[in-house]
Parts: sequence; structure tokens; C-alpha cells
Amino acid sequence: MIKQLFPYTKGYRILMVLAILCSAGEAVLELLLPKAMSNIVDVGIANGDRAYILSTGLQMTVMALAAFALGIGAAALAAKASMGSGANLRQAEYEKIQQFSFRNIEQFSTASLITRLTNDVASVQVTLMMGLRMLVRAPSMLITALVMALTISMRLSQVFLVVIPILVAAVALVIVKVGPRFTALQKRTDDLNLVVQENLNAVRVVKSFVRSKEEQEKFSQRTDALRSTAQKAFGFVVMFLPIIMLVMGGTVSAVMWIGGGYVHSDSLLPGDLMAFFTYVTEILMSLMMVSMVLMMLTRSIACARRIGEVLQQEPEITDDAADPQLEVADGSIRFDHVYFRYNPQGSTWNLEDVCLDIRPGMTVGILGGTGSAKSTLVSLIPRLYEVTEGSVSVGGRNVKDYTMAQLREACAMVLQKNTLFSGTIRDNLRWGNDQATDEEMEAACRIACAHEFIERMPDGYDTYIEQGGTNVSGGQKQRLCIARAILRNPKVLILDDSTSAVDMATDAKIRTALRQTLPGTTKLIIAQRIASVMDADLIVVMDDGKVVASGDHKTLMETSSIYREVYQSQQEGVSIDG
Amino acid sequence: MANLKRPGPGGPGGPHGHGYQRPKDLSGTIRRLLGYIAHYKWLLILVAVCLVISSAATVGASYLIKPIINDYIIPGDFPGLFRMVLLLFGCYLLAGACSYIYARIMVQISQNTVAQLRKDLFGKLQQLPLQYFDTHQSGDLMSRFTNDMDTVSEMINSSFASVISNGLTFLLTVIMMLVLNWKLTLISVVFLLLMFLVVKVIGGRSRVSFQQQQTTLGAVNGYIEEMIEGQKVIKAFHHEQKSIDQFAVLNQAYCQAATRAQAYAGSMMPAMGNLSRINYAITCCVGGLLAIGGVFDVGSLGAYLLYVKQVSQPVAQVSQQVNILLAAVAGAERIFTMMDVEPESDEGKTILVCVAKGDGPLRETAQRTGRWAWKRPDGTLVELRGDVRFHDVTFGYTPEKTVLHNISLYAKPGQKIAFVGSTGAGKTTITNLINRFYDIQSGSITYDGIDVREIAKDSLRRSLGMVLQDTHLFTGTIADNIRYGKLDATDEEVRAAAKLANADGFIRHLPQGYDTVITGDGGSLSQGERQLLAIARAAVSDPPVLILDEATSSIDTRTEKLIEQGMDSLMEGRTVFVIAHRLSTVRNAQAIMVLEQGRIIERGDHHQLLEEKGRYYQLYTGQAELS
Repeated sequence: MIKQLFPYTKGYRILMVLAILCSAGEAVLELLLPKAMSNIVDVGIANGDRAYILSTGLQMTVMALAAFALGIGAAALAAKASMGSGANLRQAEYEKIQQFSFRNIEQFSTASLITRLTNDVASVQVTLMMGLRMLVRAPSMLITALVMALTISMRLSQVFLVVIPILVAAVALVIVKVGPRFTALQKRTDDLNLVVQENLNAVRVVKSFVRSKEEQEKFSQRTDALRSTAQKAFGFVVMFLPIIMLVMGGTVSAVMWIGGGYVHSDSLLPGDLMAFFTYVTEILMSLMMVSMVLMMLTRSIACARRIGEVLQQEPEITDDAADPQLEVADGSIRFDHVYFRYNPQGSTWNLEDVCLDIRPGMTVGILGGTGSAKSTLVSLIPRLYEVTEGSVSVGGRNVKDYTMAQLREACAMVLQKNTLFSGTIRDNLRWGNDQATDEEMEAACRIACAHEFIERMPDGYDTYIEQGGTNVSGGQKQRLCIARAILRNPKVLILDDSTSAVDMATDAKIRTALRQTLPGTTKLIIAQRIASVMDADLIVVMDDGKVVASGDHKTLMETSSIYREVYQSQQEGVSIDG
Repeated sequence: MANLKRPGPGGPGGPHGHGYQRPKDLSGTIRRLLGYIAHYKWLLILVAVCLVISSAATVGASYLIKPIINDYIIPGDFPGLFRMVLLLFGCYLLAGACSYIYARIMVQISQNTVAQLRKDLFGKLQQLPLQYFDTHQSGDLMSRFTNDMDTVSEMINSSFASVISNGLTFLLTVIMMLVLNWKLTLISVVFLLLMFLVVKVIGGRSRVSFQQQQTTLGAVNGYIEEMIEGQKVIKAFHHEQKSIDQFAVLNQAYCQAATRAQAYAGSMMPAMGNLSRINYAITCCVGGLLAIGGVFDVGSLGAYLLYVKQVSQPVAQVSQQVNILLAAVAGAERIFTMMDVEPESDEGKTILVCVAKGDGPLRETAQRTGRWAWKRPDGTLVELRGDVRFHDVTFGYTPEKTVLHNISLYAKPGQKIAFVGSTGAGKTTITNLINRFYDIQSGSITYDGIDVREIAKDSLRRSLGMVLQDTHLFTGTIADNIRYGKLDATDEEVRAAAKLANADGFIRHLPQGYDTVITGDGGSLSQGERQLLAIARAAVSDPPVLILDEATSSIDTRTEKLIEQGMDSLMEGRTVFVIAHRLSTVRNAQAIMVLEQGRIIERGDHHQLLEEKGRYYQLYTGQAELS
């Protein structure tokens, strides 16, 4: 884990070393103080030497001031190193995700990727900071205190032989027992939150089915489960401090009893006994600190592992085989015995033996029922997924020969589940082409029949779109997405069910405009409505991952029974804007 | 209604946004929280006793060093020393035992209290009117259950006890220091004042920089959420590099703010610790000089030095706890604010009952007979027939903006009523008024002649089956999800409903069939498949009146054709309200209402409307555009 994440500390390693040195230095200085104190008692007071006391006191003050500076320095350095490394890590993870193919994204799921980028990185970065400050400080305190204790009295130090194993065993027991309990606690918390989340999302369903009693019952059960798990887990954690207290008390008492004897027999000075007493507490405290840091570490190891999974994931689609100079010559598309499946281990094909030959400038309609793999088919053109067998060519070359930048520049796709981003309409359109002039934007919006409604908005093209495009209607959103794609001036334009919420008349207007203004662009249109594709040069009918018929409307009416069936089901079906 | 949503108080990043928030009504919120804890009065008294004993025993143990050194070790009184050492160990034992007892009790109390708070809040959530969900972001509501509950639990669990115990220890330690030597105490007081100053200065700065950290973190997290959600669009537009660059800017801003905030927060402990060490050094020196002067002794110095080490800890701890405490009270305040929201009003007394009808009058029965009646408060039964009427209904989600104007309509039992119109015309709103998701401002709605306001909401909604535009599924098996419509449905009933909705086919193709577990709102199913499940769910509940709000919008026309038969048999004999944007779906309705801007502009059946050559005709022939 550490090996995997270590590279991201780059640029902060010197700071990290300095932070560690500072905190170790602080620990050592801190522990020299009790010994100096014992000198004051045993030498200064015993001999009545005021000058000695003053000079030792001065030394101590200087040491404490130095520790002050080192302590603050350690905190600042640790903060800088850990937050900086955290930012590196977050950036690297984000960049990695940008390289992911659709399949990679689906493997992790969007929600999980968000957690891995936010909470998990935050947890690792805090742990790093605490680690820098504590993980070295505690052992250096332990060692220094032990050395000091040994120099004061070898014989008295034998108590540690008894105490430290007891303490380590006790702490280890707690940690071992607590770990699984916290895992269980996390599970219970997730269970509970799920109920809340689902009830928030589906509040209308719960209310309309009158299920609030049942939901409350479900919530109640999970709350009780969480409560009892939490009580078990925390019930264990609270044993920690009393155990430390008891061990400390036992040790101090033992030191007083045994050490008292030594003092009386003059083999130990009273000041040394007092100093020894201090070292005992420091040793136990540092052990406690180590164990607390360890506890935190174990919790963030899971986070680090999850980040590691993202970083290690090989992007499925890369530019490795691409020729960087190659540009897409024209909008011809060829599917040559293409097979595809989402699940590489799966046994069924999502696309099976698809052959298509599309000339530049053609309008191609794709029809098929839910789950017939229409979207999958067109996603292979901009190489959003990689074909499993066979090949897809654009402009006469295999899509793998182009860099993704070149290919996707040339093939604009309007996705079925489309997203607008927070920002003005203009900002969103610029996704298509960031150098687009106002005239070009307006032209694209006219083609997509978006100009009219944008003009009617109070701020026109500067209207602010909320996150997820919640302040425009479904039909408006779709038209904006089409305009955004048109702005690319692509060789291939793919509309994946992109006008489902647009009324029929507008839909027809958009298609006519596309045909007239983009004659050279190959247009692929996936549609539910036969009317949307009826006038296409080629209509492809899909069923269960296979092309079952293709041809123009007239041919298909004669040859394809599925096509006829769909046509008949829709002949009276005219839709309006929803 | 999504556009009604306003960003919650958490700002961008919502749940992550709660930094150092100050409660508005500190004492009121604490009092109310104490009300929850007061339930455990006797346990709390025990906790208080344990706290006092534990603090006193800890402070007392350090004082014992003085007599041990002065009176037993130096004179060499070993039996006495042994007694003292036992006493010393006894003190620690007492302190340890007491602190375990109170901590354990507090765990119990805090978890019980939070469980109660959670249940109360969730119960409240179930009673809230839809308006509340429209105007609050779900992320924000969610964080009441997660973040806010966690901070409250943490506060009750440790902060409460810790602040009290630290305060007590501080007080006792200062008293003991005064007892040992008031001159040395003066030095310590100076340092304590310095410490308070440090807490104030560093604490103040750290609060400001923490706020910056939270703001920039909110920006980073908000950006991550939006971009990862839209990741597929980024890929399709090859926008990766640009989004990386934009992210880098936000990430750097957060990194800087976080570094500053953490550096301030991190320097608090070393600053306090080392101030205490300087105090220790000076005390050693002065104490040594005093000892030479004969006004002080070695044993007292030893005990005093222990106190010097101890006294800074409560100050540092409390200074840290105060922020947690304030954040927790602010969290509790948000929880209570939500609990205080006016619940959905339900003054209806008429309830839905099953009836059996022989030759004679209606008879109430506990069995499911498939026949229903309204039972008025006076006990009279009115048979449920599904006659729904709107009389001059006017409604707006907010008082300023009227959405529906003077709507009057009637649906006779068994009729299919369709609503047609563009987004925002008010179609969904009308159906939301029938089941009283919202209450009308004027006019009235009657159901079998009874004003819907007189019907208990649960009964009203039970009589209405709804299939909504946005399908929501719950974590659980497919069968569980269908059974949501009728909890005691048998496997056969579930299967029959699925067949009726034409969902049986795809369900049997799933790896575990009906036992396939759905997670994440059915994310692995297509929108169309989810709609089929929603239809099955409504079918199994067998309601007298059906409301279908774009129930088939994501189902392709071929599949729609296939389920048409099932839908027809589902609708048979029931009053049905249909909203659809495919006109083919509504063609065979007895009455079609064309809505525009909250008004019914045309009504009639398909042929009448076509003959009228009005708006419907234009829509049907594709001449009109509504947006």
C-alpha cells in the first residue's frame, strides 16, 4: 500500500524528512528536561548552589523554547507535506479516471469513483499528517525516555520488563478486538443510510403506496442493529484509557516503593527518582500514542486500498497503437463482422456479427426495441467501447489507428443520457468547440432548433444552467446537446435517441436542417419513432444484438416483418413535447 | 418540480460543507438535547459522581508524591511507605474504574439517545409534505442523518464528559497548586494566561482558515461530483485534458487553504505543550531557589512539577472540544429544525374498508373481497366506485405562482381520462392533487361525492394506484419490489403481475430471476425495464383507481404494443388517469383534456377533438410545437 502511494509524495519528501526530524527533535528536547530537573534537585538544592540552579534553569528554558519552535515547525511542515501529497494523489486519481473507458467507469460505478476521489483521499491525507507528526515522535520519545531511565537506574528500569509487555498485550487485544467491530459498524451505518437515501429518492412511491409505517419499521430495525453494534464497538474502545491509567498507576506505585528503598540506601538520588517517575509516564504515553496512530492507520488502509485500485486499473482503451498524424479523411463507416460483449467473461454476445457499410454523408436510421443494443452499436464508432472481435473503421481506417482526440473530434455523439454542466448556455456550447464565435453558436442552435427558446430566455445565451441542467425542460436539454455536437463540425454525427422529448414537428425540422446544412456529415440517428428515420438513406433494424434487416423504408416495408410491426404500432402514434 | 429546488445551506458540496458552524440558538438547542438525555437521569447522576471521583483521585494521586518523598522515603519509614504506595495505587485504581464506568455509561446513553433521535427524525421525514422535499436538496436532508447525527453522537459520547472532567481537573489542579505554593502558582498563572491567549489567537485564525478550507473543499467535491457524473460526456467530447486542468486549479486552491488550516490547527498542541514546558523549566529554577531558601521542600517541588505538567492538558483539550461541541450543537439545531417542520396535515376521518355485498346492504369485512367502500365517521358506508370530480380547482406550489386555474372535470367510474400538454402545463400537478400530495388553494375535489379532504390520507392513497414518471426501486429482490404494491402477495400473484406488465420475460433472463437483488435504485436495469417493474408493482396492488404518469415513456413502441393488452385488462373497470406524450397511448380515452399553462383548453374524445381542428388536431398531425 505504502509502496503504491509513495510516488505521490514527490516534491514533498524533503519536507516530510524535515517534519519528522523536527518532531523527533522536539521529543528529545522535551525528555531532556526532567533529567535537568533532577540535577537541580540533586546537585543545586542539595549543595545550595544558586548559580548552578540558575544556569540549569536557563538551559532548560532555552531547550523548551527550541522545542516550541521545532513543534510548530513540525506541525506546519507536516501540514504542507501531507496536504500537498494529498493534492498530488487526488490529481493523479482524477487524471487516471479521465483515461478510463466507459467500461472502466461502469466497473467502478460513478458513486464509488466519487467516494474514492473525495472521502478516501481526505482520509489518507489526514492519516499521513498524523503519521508524520506522531509515528516518529512517539518511538523517539519511547527510546529517549528508555535511555534516560536506564542512565538513571538500570535496576529500577527492570520494572519496564514487566510493564511494557502487559501494556502492549492489553493494547493489542483492544485493537484486534476493535477492528472487526468497526468494520461491522461501518456496514450497519451503510445499511441505515441506504434506507434514508431510498426514502428520500422515492418519497412519492412511499407515500402513494402508503408504506411509511413499513419503512419506519425497517428503519427502526436497522437503527437498533446499528445501536447495539456501536455500543459493542465503543464499549471496547472506552476500555482503552482506564487500562492505560491502571498500568500507569501500578508502575508509578512500584517505582515509588522500589525506588524509595534505593533512595534511602543512597543508591538513588531523590531528584532522579522524580525524573524517573516522569519518564515512566512519558514511556507509557508514547506507547499509547503509537497504538492510537496504528488504530487510525488500520482504518485508512481500506481507503488507501480503494484508491490504489483506481490507480492500478489499466485504461482499457489507449492511444498506444495510434498514428498521431492520422486524421479522419471522411465520414465513411464500416463494421466488419463485429462482435462485442460488455462482460469479457460472459457467454452471450451483446452485439453479434454486425456488418455495415456506410458512405460519407449518408443518413442512417437505427431502430430496435429496448435492449436490442442500438446504443452499443454506435458507441463503437467513437471507440467508447472496444470491439471484442472484428473491426470498426471510420474514414477507411480502423478506429484504433486514430488517436482518441482525432477520432472523437471527427465523430460527435449525442448520448442518450446526456448531461449539461453548470455554467452558461454559451459555456456548455463551447464544449463542442471552444473557439466557436457567437455566429457559429447561433448557427448551430438554429439547426438544432434551440435558438428560438434561448432567445426567449431572459439572459439569452448567458442564461445559467444549473448542475445537471435542472432548469431547462427535457426537450430543451436535448436540443442544446445536439447544438453542442453540431458545433464540432463533425464528419460523423451520432444522435442516440436524442430527440425523444422533442415534439414531432421540431424533430422533423432538425432533421431537415441537418440534411441541408451538413451534407457531407454522416448522420446516424437512433430513434424510437419510425417517423424520425423513415426518410433515411439506410435504416438498420436491430433485434437482440443482431442486425435483422437493413435498407430504405420501402424495401423494409416489403422485406422485414419486425419493421412492419413497428410501423403499424406507430402509424397513428404522433408524439408531442413531453 | 426539480427546478423549485434551491441549493441547501451547505452550499456547493452540500454535506461536506459544514465547517465550524455556529448554532443560532445555543441555549435552546442544548436544553432540547438535554431533554433527550434527561431520560437517563439516574445514570447521569452516576456519571457525575464517577466524574468527580475520577478527577479528584487523579489530582490527589499527584499530591501524594509530596508526603511520600518528604515523610516516608527521606526518613526511611518503609511500612509507612508501603501504606502510602498502596494508597497511591488505590487512587489510580479508583480513577481508572470510575472513568471506565462513566465512559461505558455514556456510550450507552449516547447511542440510545442518537437511536431515538434517528427514529424521531425518520418518523418526521415520513410525515413531511412533498413541498418540503421539493424545496430541500436530498443531499442536504441526507446529511442530517449522517454528519449531523454523527457529531451529536460524538458530542454526547465524549465531549460532554470530557469538558466537564477537564474543567474539574483544571480547577482541582489549580487549587492544589495554590495549596503547595502560591508564589510558584503566580508563575503558572502567567503561563495559563499565555495559553488562553494562544487558544484565542491560533483558534481564531484556524477558524477563519478552516472556513476557507471548507469552501474550497466544497468546490473540489462539487466539481468531482458533477464531472464524474458527466464522465461519459467528457469522453464523448474528448474533454479530458480541459477537465484535468480545471480540476488542478481547484485542487491547488484547496491544497493551499488546507495547508494553512491544518498548520494552524496542528500548532495548537505543540504550542500549548511547549508553553507548559517553559513553565516547567522556570518553575524548576525558581522552585530550586526557593528550596535553598528553605521556604520549599523537595517533595512539594516534585508534586508541584507534576501539576505543572497536568494543568495544561485540560486547557488544550477543552479548547479543542469547544469547536466540536459548537459544531455538534449546530448539527443538533439542524436536526431539530427539521423535526419542527409542520407535518402533512391529515384531518380526514373517512376511511377505506373492504366490503362484502350480498343481496342486502354493504357489509364491512376484514377479508380482501376486491370491493371497497368509504366508511364515514358516523359509520355509514359509501361504495367506492371511482367517481372523481374537480370543481373549479385553483392551485400553485407557491402562493405567488398559480399553476392550475379553475380546473373543473369529472371522471365517471370506469372511465379513462387522459391529459395532454407540454411540460409545465400542469398534467402531473392534477394527479398530485387527487392523492393530496399537495392541497388546493380553492375549489374542491370529490371522490365518490366525498371531499378528498375528509378522507384520511392513507385511505385515499391506498385507493389510488400510481405509476410515476421517475421509477424508483428499493434495494431488495425483484420480487420484493413488485410486492411493494401488496406486501402479502403470493409468488403467483407477483408472477401474474409481472406477466401482465410483460416484465416476466426479462426478469427470467436475469441471473437469479425473481430473486435477483436490485441495488442502487435499479441502476443495472434499463429505464424501460424499470418502468415495467413499476407497472407490475401497481398491478399487484390492485387499486380501484389508477394514475399512470408517463408510465410507458421509456418503453419502446413495440414493447408498449405487447403490454397494451395487459394494460387494458389492468385498466378495465377502473377509473384511470393517464398522462402520456405519445398520443397513441391516450387515443382510446373517453375524455382527453388538453392543458396549456394550467388551463384546460380543449376536452372531448379523440374523434371530437380531431373534428374540432384545434390544438389537439395540430398536435396529432405534428403541426404544433409546445415547449
